[in-house]
Amino acid sequence: MAAGPETSTPPGAKQVLGPDDVRRAITRMAHEIIERNHGTDRVALIGIQLGGVWLAEALGEAIARIDTSPAAVPVGSVDASLYRDDIGLRPVSPAAVSDLRFDVNGITVVLVDDVLYTGRTVRAALDAIGDYGRPRAVQLAVLVDRGHRELPIRPDFVGKNLPTSSTESVSATVDGVVIS
Amino acid sequence: MTASLLTVEDLGTSGIQRILDLADHMAEVNRRPNPKVPALRGKTVCNVFFEDSTRTRLSFETAAKRLSADTMTFAVGQSSVNKGESLRDTIETIAAMGVDAFVVRHGSSGAPLLVDGWTTASVINAGDGWHAHPTQALLDAYTIRVALNRTAGFDGLRVAIVGDIKHSRVARSTATALTMLGADVTLVAPRTLLPPVIDLPSTEALDDLIGDIDVLYLLRMQQERMGEALVPSLREYTMRFGLTADRAARLAPHALVMHPGPMNRGVEITVDPAELPGAVITQQVTNGIAVRMAVLFDLLGGERSSMSDEKATT
Repeated sequence: MAAGPETSTPPGAKQVLGPDDVRRAITRMAHEIIERNHGTDRVALIGIQLGGVWLAEALGEAIARIDTSPAAVPVGSVDASLYRDDIGLRPVSPAAVSDLRFDVNGITVVLVDDVLYTGRTVRAALDAIGDYGRPRAVQLAVLVDRGHRELPIRPDFVGKNLPTSSTESVSATVDGVVIS
Repeated sequence: MTASLLTVEDLGTSGIQRILDLADHMAEVNRRPNPKVPALRGKTVCNVFFEDSTRTRLSFETAAKRLSADTMTFAVGQSSVNKGESLRDTIETIAAMGVDAFVVRHGSSGAPLLVDGWTTASVINAGDGWHAHPTQALLDAYTIRVALNRTAGFDGLRVAIVGDIKHSRVARSTATALTMLGADVTLVAPRTLLPPVIDLPSTEALDDLIGDIDVLYLLRMQQERMGEALVPSLREYTMRFGLTADRAARLAPHALVMHPGPMNRGVEITVDPAELPGAVITQQVTNGIAVRMAVLFDLLGGERSSMSDEKATT
């Protein structure tokens, strides 16, 4: 693993990807998204609030650099907290307001999140998107897949598979991926 | 006992901000083609209205339904209250059916506080006597926040609340909430319609300040006050305190005109609000749903925490 600047890593935390690794992973995922969908026609990126939003935007920029088609890939965000199945199990405060300014009917939605863990957030986000319309297909892109799935959900595009224990916590930002 | 909302003072400034932030989410839900989310599935909300209301009751009912809660409406006219059942027995009977929240309107100040003591369910005050109407205050604050784009607070905002302050729970709650958020509120009323003790500046001269305010908040002039000889005549009231075409022309271009409804056209307002660019009276009604969704979600949406899987699920 490339060791990034250690300054931002608190004691007891382990940096597993540096900023350059994150940038390369995003570029590779952007290529994969274009390849899988034979271009970017009728494809949109939707980040899950909050953690998936920066990644959706970064993927959108990476796709714009690679793909020469004149229309930019629309990027939106969805807040899944009102759809969670664990309301009542833990305090829920909606993270940030959904921002979907395009019609999802009939398009391919690439749902984007930073870390895939139990899969419950993705399940909630799928329900949320269903209330906006009926996409032709939904694919899932995550920067880190840390395992421990509790639902039958599988990512289509993965930045890094990261075996973790469920007592650890994983943060994934543009500055790197850290286990603590 | 679970959390309840009886007055805006209970919420505190940070609580008010929390509700207004949540209301942004709910407003986004309401703008969708399918304005419904499953957040309060399995919860039951009971409307208990001992006083007439159309907008507040329907607004709460719509809010609960858009969060997928079940709703029950208790109509006093068709109930055993007519056979002499007490308020306490009525509440305990409904509570025994399994209710998570009571939305209570009552003609007596303090009734919701009593109800809160009798049940473990959440209680939301939907207006009690002359005392308080917290969700109206919150929707008023939210309407100003959206219309004037004042997300951070109301520092320096000049508000005039005009009309029957003394008998108005709306005036009391709204003035309090806006003041807590930083607004400078002035009460404008004939002296007979001011409460004996107030902690806000007041005046009888609407014309002196009408050009300098950001928000003109008109209260309903209740006809029944005429019988008590608190105002000589409605015509005189309109001349001194009503929003006439003359006064409307002197409002600042950005100034908002608000009214909690129901409006007495020709009394507190003689111009057609549809022709006032600053009128946000229908927005108040629309925003009421989002704000009441926020209140219901805040009270019922999961403060029973710390059961399991707290770990970063991201």
